[in-house]
Amino acid sequence: MTTALVSEKLAAFIAPFEIPSNVFQKEAYDNLIQLDFPTTRNEYWKYTRVGKIQNSKLKIQKETKLTADVLKPFLSAANFIVLENGIFRADLSHISVEGVKVDVIKPAFISDETKFNSASQQHLFTALNATYFSELISISVAEKTVMNEALQLLVVTSGNAVFSNPRIVIDVHKYADAKFEASYVALNADGAFNNVVTAFFVAENAHVVYDKIQNENNPGFHISTEEVAQEKNSRFKINTMTLDGALVRNNINISVNGENCETHINGAVIAKETMHVDNHTFVNHRVPNCFSNENYKYVLDGKSTGVFNGRVIVQQHAQKINAYQKNANILLSDFAQINSKPELEIYADDVKCSHGSTTGQLDDDAVFYLQARGISKEKAKKLLVAAFIGEITEQISSDEVKKQVNRILAEKHDWML
Amino acid sequence: MGYTEEELANDLNNKEYEFGFTSNIESEKFPVGLSEEVVRKISAKKNEPDWLLEYRLNAFKIWQQMTEPKWAHVTYPKPKFQEISYYAAPKKKYESWDDVDPEMKATMDKLGISMEEQKKLTGVAVDFVMDSVSVATSFKEKLGELNIIFCSFSEAVQHHPELVKKYLGSVVPSTDNFYAALNSAVFSDGSFCYIPKGVRCPMELSTYFRINESGTGQFERTLVVADEGSYVSYLEGCTAPQRDENQLHAAVVELIALDNAEIKYSTVQNWFPGDKEGKGGVFNFVTKRGMCNTNSKISWTQVETGSAVTWKYPSCILKGDNSVGEFYSVAVTNNYQQADTGTKMIHLGKNTKSTVISKGISAGKSQNSYRGLVQISNRAENARNFTQCDSLLMSDECGAHTFPYIECNNKSARLEHEATTSKIGEDQIFYCQQRGISEEKAISLIVNGYCKEVLNKLPMEFAVEAQKLLAISLENSVG
Repeated sequence: MTTALVSEKLAAFIAPFEIPSNVFQKEAYDNLIQLDFPTTRNEYWKYTRVGKIQNSKLKIQKETKLTADVLKPFLSAANFIVLENGIFRADLSHISVEGVKVDVIKPAFISDETKFNSASQQHLFTALNATYFSELISISVAEKTVMNEALQLLVVTSGNAVFSNPRIVIDVHKYADAKFEASYVALNADGAFNNVVTAFFVAENAHVVYDKIQNENNPGFHISTEEVAQEKNSRFKINTMTLDGALVRNNINISVNGENCETHINGAVIAKETMHVDNHTFVNHRVPNCFSNENYKYVLDGKSTGVFNGRVIVQQHAQKINAYQKNANILLSDFAQINSKPELEIYADDVKCSHGSTTGQLDDDAVFYLQARGISKEKAKKLLVAAFIGEITEQISSDEVKKQVNRILAEKHDWML
Repeated sequence: MGYTEEELANDLNNKEYEFGFTSNIESEKFPVGLSEEVVRKISAKKNEPDWLLEYRLNAFKIWQQMTEPKWAHVTYPKPKFQEISYYAAPKKKYESWDDVDPEMKATMDKLGISMEEQKKLTGVAVDFVMDSVSVATSFKEKLGELNIIFCSFSEAVQHHPELVKKYLGSVVPSTDNFYAALNSAVFSDGSFCYIPKGVRCPMELSTYFRINESGTGQFERTLVVADEGSYVSYLEGCTAPQRDENQLHAAVVELIALDNAEIKYSTVQNWFPGDKEGKGGVFNFVTKRGMCNTNSKISWTQVETGSAVTWKYPSCILKGDNSVGEFYSVAVTNNYQQADTGTKMIHLGKNTKSTVISKGISAGKSQNSYRGLVQISNRAENARNFTQCDSLLMSDECGAHTFPYIECNNKSARLEHEATTSKIGEDQIFYCQQRGISEEKAISLIVNGYCKEVLNKLPMEFAVEAQKLLAISLENSVG
């Protein structure tokens, strides 16, 4: 029994895709068809139009064709797993870390025991992912495992107009210390749409660092959602670097379920041409005695658009919360645009919460200072922008990744770092 | 034992509405309901010209097609628009101050704005609105010498139709929003003020709004026009008698500052906020907006302590180059009050500047939200904005929220926004106590200091009133 589709736009979008037959995705499909593409009348999509995605004719590609040498330039860690259009490439991956296990679960085998098993999603893009993902990649870090080096997740979109739905669950057990680095790359993928969902379960006393490097070629669409659940005494840190992509939207939803947690969310956006980058973060403080800190920086050139929406909710009785948000933006061109909306919703009284947002230009005095020392104006500006973004790049845990980011910035944005 | 924060919160909870009284003045009232017929009747009653009737009917048509806005962070039962009477006027008309009904005089006395006293002492001209019709206006002659027009809206329609026609709806069009459309259709009366070129208004102009007749919505319309190079400071203050049913107030205020003019608009709002259980109270859905032309300045100052639900965003459209917009606000919510208030600063001209200072205090089970927009258009070179919104939490069941929207389309703009939320720091109280200041004094000192930035912006004449009207919520904190 299939209920009728609510939206014609969605009907046209999903028409080329097969209706899934397994139980899990069937349920997801029934949920999906009740939804519609968000419009700018929707508060959380006010500044981002998804019309281009909506009107794309996409295909889901099940066969894989990537080879090891193509991927080489993108590797930055000794251990890595490769996903091609959401499909795990065991032959290209290399994992030998004690305590870290990778499982691949086909949608048909998702059971009540599987972590992250809710088929019904209220947001369109997560619902699309639940309906059309090919494999669930489950990474589990055993109790008390300490990872000295990051495990790289190389998420590749390959093929023109491909609709890729990577779905990853990262389960970090008690007292473990885990590091991950996700690199998003697009190869020959004009007009492709990478719709990623990553779920994190951070158990008691666990520490997780997640560096996310988005470098998918323009023109390509990227929407990623991170669902994070933190238990008591845990620490979670995410650094998002957005360096390329026609339309990038990041949704980071963090639910702090246990006391004494620490949450760090950092992000840098370096955009030019007609890029559109939208970061939405949501920290839900449900219990007392937690700390969260957020810092996003944007450098916008060309006709690019940046959107920042940081949302912190402190629930009633969640006392003694310290929550900070910071958003700083530099517009380098007359046509660049920034929309910033830091939100605080506080229902408890014994809290310290603040947010700040600034938008401006490079400090003339600083440019002059450098010019006075023989550095050309052009160079001086680049130097200052690099220093501005440096605060975020410094947060990246691995030196390899830092180098890679700097290399991309030099190549794509002509920066000196 | 000293005065603790809990005791302060308790006092806030237990204080009853001081200005809750009803004056028994005979009044003429329309039957409940809203239709084209009612709109026509209001217009006929006020003997309005055809263009104004057309304006009302047009707005009514627009209103019928609109739905109520739902985005604000407030919940309330939807007002039943067909169960409200849209016109109430005291039956007797007065020729001079001496003819005024003694009971109404007494009402004014209770509000602390006795005419006799004012005439002698304060130098403030008051256009007193009892429900919908202005009953007494003073200092008219003095203003007349300077050609300043300060009268009720209906009078302005009769005597200065050209000015009203030119500016009515020029800042807040009928299509603007649901409540602005409703107001445009059924507005009963209000104030009109025109300052001629180059005139500096020598006194503060003040209007008292008062909802008196049970079951009538108050739909005020205020229009202030400051012609080139003029200056005016305008005061608006409100108290309402205690009632059990919700009353709707949907006013529209339009300010127009022509080149080099300056308007200072101050409000103290203390309508019935509902009782301790959250029963009753006024719904306050107001559209206030000012248009700044070249080199002009509009400054909004507000102290909001009343109303069950407030939905209010005094805004500035900085159209002219070098224009300045300011917004200073203290919003206090208690018990079950809900406030969603803030400002919009729309920067269109070059070198435009805006400052936003918003202080929220929430106590009891109230919800207090700041919602503001700072928009820089791509033509607004060198625009500058500074926004600061602080929230103070007095109980563990209240909420304080900030929803700023910052939209920047010009690289030369410099925008700053900061917001903090916290309760009164124990270390601050401790610091004061250490220096021999009792806890009670310390709290009042801190709350006072917290609001000072805004209270300082109120005109001196009004500051005294403000203190009185703030009594319910701040009496114990403002030492």
